[in-house]
Amino acid sequence: MNAPEKPRQKARFDTIGKARRRVDGRAKAIGQQRFADDLVLPRMLHAKLLRSPHPHATVESVDVSRAQAHRGVHLVLTGAEFPVPYGIMPVSQDEYPLARERVRLVGDPVAAVIAVDEQTATEALRLIEVKYRLLPTIASPEEGLAHPEPRIHDYGEQGNIHRNQAYEFGDVEEALARSDHVFEDLFFYEGNTHLPMEQQASLASIEGDGKLLLQTSTQNPHYLHRQLARVLQLPAAHIRVIATANGGGFGGKCDPGNHEFVVSKAALMLGRPVKICLTREEVFYQHRGRHPVLMKFRTGVTKDGRLTAIHLQTLLDGGAYGSHGPASTFYTGVLTPVTYELPRFKFEACRVFTNKPACGPKRGHGTPQPRFGQEVQLDKIAHTLGLDPAEMRLRMVTKPDSLTASWLRIGSNGLAECIEKAVEMSGWKTRRGKLGPGRGLGLACSAYMCGAGVSIYWNKLPHSAVQLLLDRSGQVTVYCGATEIGQGSDDVLAALTAEALGIDPVNVRVVTGDTGITPIDLGSYSSRVTIMMGNAALQAASRVRDLLAAAAAEALETLPDRVVFSQDRVFAGEDSGKSMTFVEAIAAAEGKFGTIASVGSYAPPKPPGRYKGAGVGPSPAYTFSACVVETEVDPVTGWITVPKIWIAHDIGRALNPVLARGQVIGSVYMGLGEALMEEQAFRRLPPKLSGALVHRNPSMLDYKSLTSLDMPEVEVALIEDPDPNCPYGAKEAGQGPLLPVMPALANAIHDAVGVRIDEVPITPDKVLAALAKKAKGEAPRVGPERFPAVPYPEPTFVLPPWEGGDGNELKGRKAA
Amino acid sequence: MMRLPWFKYCAPRSVEEAARILAGEGPRAMLIAGGTDLVPNMKRRHQEPATLVALRGVEGLKRIANGAGLTLGAGLTLTEVVEAPQVRGHYAALAQAAVQVATPHLRNMGTLGGNVCLDTRCTYYNQSYEWRKAIDFCMKKDGETCWVATASKRCVAVSSTDTAPALIALGAKVRLVSAGGEREIALTDLYNNDGMVYLTRRPDEILTAIVLPPAAGWKSAYWKLRRRGAFDFPVLGVAAAVRAAPDGTIEDARIVLGAVASRPIVAKARELLAGERLTDDVIEEVAAKVASRAKPMDNTDLEIYWRKEVVPAFVGYALREVRGDDMRATRLRIARQALPPAS
Repeated sequence: MNAPEKPRQKARFDTIGKARRRVDGRAKAIGQQRFADDLVLPRMLHAKLLRSPHPHATVESVDVSRAQAHRGVHLVLTGAEFPVPYGIMPVSQDEYPLARERVRLVGDPVAAVIAVDEQTATEALRLIEVKYRLLPTIASPEEGLAHPEPRIHDYGEQGNIHRNQAYEFGDVEEALARSDHVFEDLFFYEGNTHLPMEQQASLASIEGDGKLLLQTSTQNPHYLHRQLARVLQLPAAHIRVIATANGGGFGGKCDPGNHEFVVSKAALMLGRPVKICLTREEVFYQHRGRHPVLMKFRTGVTKDGRLTAIHLQTLLDGGAYGSHGPASTFYTGVLTPVTYELPRFKFEACRVFTNKPACGPKRGHGTPQPRFGQEVQLDKIAHTLGLDPAEMRLRMVTKPDSLTASWLRIGSNGLAECIEKAVEMSGWKTRRGKLGPGRGLGLACSAYMCGAGVSIYWNKLPHSAVQLLLDRSGQVTVYCGATEIGQGSDDVLAALTAEALGIDPVNVRVVTGDTGITPIDLGSYSSRVTIMMGNAALQAASRVRDLLAAAAAEALETLPDRVVFSQDRVFAGEDSGKSMTFVEAIAAAEGKFGTIASVGSYAPPKPPGRYKGAGVGPSPAYTFSACVVETEVDPVTGWITVPKIWIAHDIGRALNPVLARGQVIGSVYMGLGEALMEEQAFRRLPPKLSGALVHRNPSMLDYKSLTSLDMPEVEVALIEDPDPNCPYGAKEAGQGPLLPVMPALANAIHDAVGVRIDEVPITPDKVLAALAKKAKGEAPRVGPERFPAVPYPEPTFVLPPWEGGDGNELKGRKAA
Repeated sequence: MMRLPWFKYCAPRSVEEAARILAGEGPRAMLIAGGTDLVPNMKRRHQEPATLVALRGVEGLKRIANGAGLTLGAGLTLTEVVEAPQVRGHYAALAQAAVQVATPHLRNMGTLGGNVCLDTRCTYYNQSYEWRKAIDFCMKKDGETCWVATASKRCVAVSSTDTAPALIALGAKVRLVSAGGEREIALTDLYNNDGMVYLTRRPDEILTAIVLPPAAGWKSAYWKLRRRGAFDFPVLGVAAAVRAAPDGTIEDARIVLGAVASRPIVAKARELLAGERLTDDVIEEVAAKVASRAKPMDNTDLEIYWRKEVVPAFVGYALREVRGDDMRATRLRIARQALPPAS
């Protein structure tokens, strides 16, 4: 595979960097965009799922006879029809489309009815008789650790521990022992969910050639395609998955969903289209959202506030299934050393199964939780040492083109500039501490990856591929398996192709997210699309450009490498008098070479770390953000108001600044919601009276998320320092800017009223409780009080690059 | 999506016709006005009426009549109530309450009568049938136990209407019409402190109008505590109305708390305030006494002890606004929006 095209040193861009209307903007603005729920086919049937009312039980029997006989019912499916399990990760194939022997949460699907309409299917669900034998409920990771039996799954590390891992980069205890100060803090980050406006919907049908077509709101059609082939036992080439435009994903549509297998199977059995639309409540059960994480940070610092070592322990509440859990568990640790220089680092992480909806990837995947802990702890350190929290951070930001203790390679790095910009915009130096009683400013920073360096299933193949087809009518069609989930990936694809060919993006037709037509892209997750799809697109574009340049050079009587593509024309070098239209250039090339098409593909560089587990964390590039939040806190009620937020994000280059700002503001919105109110919380009834464990608030009304009136003004600065690994230098913007918001709020509350809320969400009752403690002379803090004994394994020991390591595990001993 | 159960739909044109249908259909018939409360509840199988009698086309229910006071048709949408100049000018507590109900879309559909008759709410009850099945249901619908207070003999679902506390503070009466006749009762007497049988309205009665006494000399305000500015039922409502002599001496006062029991709680404001002036000390003392009447349960949004703790602050906000303080900055922080001022 060729190396990605280096960003061209263009004197100016035609398209890149200009604020443009996105290519899919019109359809979405006028309601023309057809989401999965909008799709209708002749003879279409409707599916509904019967879900378990018990958090943990074995399924003794399922009697569907009455449901089957119900008027209008075409098919009733049970777990018997689905012998093959699935799971997004090869190491966690632990889900069945319909439960076979065990239900593991309230909401686990047990049977499905396919009927003439939803009403009939819903009626028939109530006619299905399921006999359950109840099992003890595991409601929390602490409970899961204390009760290895009953096991929720018969695989995993031990008992109810799903994943358990430990890594140590340099001797951390030795470094802590010689630190001037060691700070020890506990933090808790409550789980929360994605809350996309669009509830999942899927329509399965059989195409004219007899093959299965599934049109569905998924972020990852490729992974779903593979899982469908596995579960349905069909050749993958006989299945086509079209990712319909997602009405928001945020990670919630990365895992294959039970409903997707059910409608696919039903369509195959009935030969008719079968559709399902999840209710909002069902989306809360599908979940795969933010893991609740309990964290313990032991951090050593020098007296001038430089980090010497961090020992981080995390405990994740995984919910009932594996999902992305193995990766999520890693992500509660691996990105910690990317933000600030950290000589030594140890992290231990443990994910426990519980009888609740499975947690998985949500915007920031595993990283917001430890980022919250670290940034709040740094604020405490700064206060204890009498340092300006911004200055302290500035002095220890990681450097460009450096390695971390854990062997992650950092390329471009604009964190220092981000901090300086956020400080400047917010008036940090003149306003902090001078806003008056009950008002404060808080600052936090973060780093995030631009695409996971390793695929979810092991392979050496491209992560993204693009096909480009041009014809004499002037049509430029670009095909890619990437998925538009609202983040603007279709626009990125059009813009990059257009820029490379010197044409207007409106002249590019974009075809994406269709496994039957488009070349493979792994999906819209880990902030990977702009860079990976983008690099593939630039490679494909450069290949057709070479063909067009060769043909045009002949006609324009110049050399191919002197041909310039700009403004829908092709010029002979700098001689603007000698040119042809882009359409004429296509025709010339078509005449010379035949049909003009090309492909491009991209795979990330090989990471420098070589120890087992080094595959999680590496990325072709990292983004950095710095955020300042202003708060007003009412000392009588604890009521929290956020008048304004400033954020600077190191984006490399903003391809379309309107979209980039939208992604940053959207991240701030989501982060502030998590910081202030969002909770995927559960209710356990008195155990003497009931074994029930239910979601507290599975509705849009009761699951509290910010409304427009609660959203403050956000001032965004985009820091542009093009990264050589990225297309025209563009890095991600969709996830990184979320990370610093929660800790910046916590730090602002401390600045306002002098209390520490060491858990998320930060609610007025917690603030008031902390103020009451402060008034009584107790430690003015609300947060977790203890960290349970977790049987972490012996760590994999790796020497940091600056201690003579080579990236491999150092077996058998610790360094002196 | 969640689907409605089957039902018969009647669309009478007059109150008499509606009352006749109600009488004929018996208790399995229900009235529907805006439907913003009832329809979602029906989807969750809280109510499964055999017949819906629609008030939408019934003549006269949108009337606003000036007389000795103000009579508001029960069929006025909340938006229409907010926009009525008589309401904004003289009954500020009602305008402030109505404008804080739900969202603009829901206020365009939901009616004043509907909000007054709003079903009581509870986090164990306002859930789908399937969810409620997972807890083996609760006392209010399909089950035996009150999961909020398992020893409780009665349902403790919460009165969540914003307009009722405001209207009671303004001295409102309601007109109830049935095939057998008509009666007018004080709005406060419309409610029982029982989450299940929360209305004294008989199933055959139609609430047709809200009758307000003259507002001369009175000043009122409504403060609402909820999580978010653009949405959400109250977890606390405080309505205060005060009539003071020109020198500031209080002649009469009413303070009503919402969302802290299964009915609006009427404090003994007159006893506490008559003859006093609204000094900071008086406000603080009265707020503490009124707040002691609030008995929130753990069945709404936000933490129960905190909800109890902040009641005095909200009573204080209402009384200070009535006193004439400029509460706009506080209002903006709590409501996240500017509201019509106290009047």
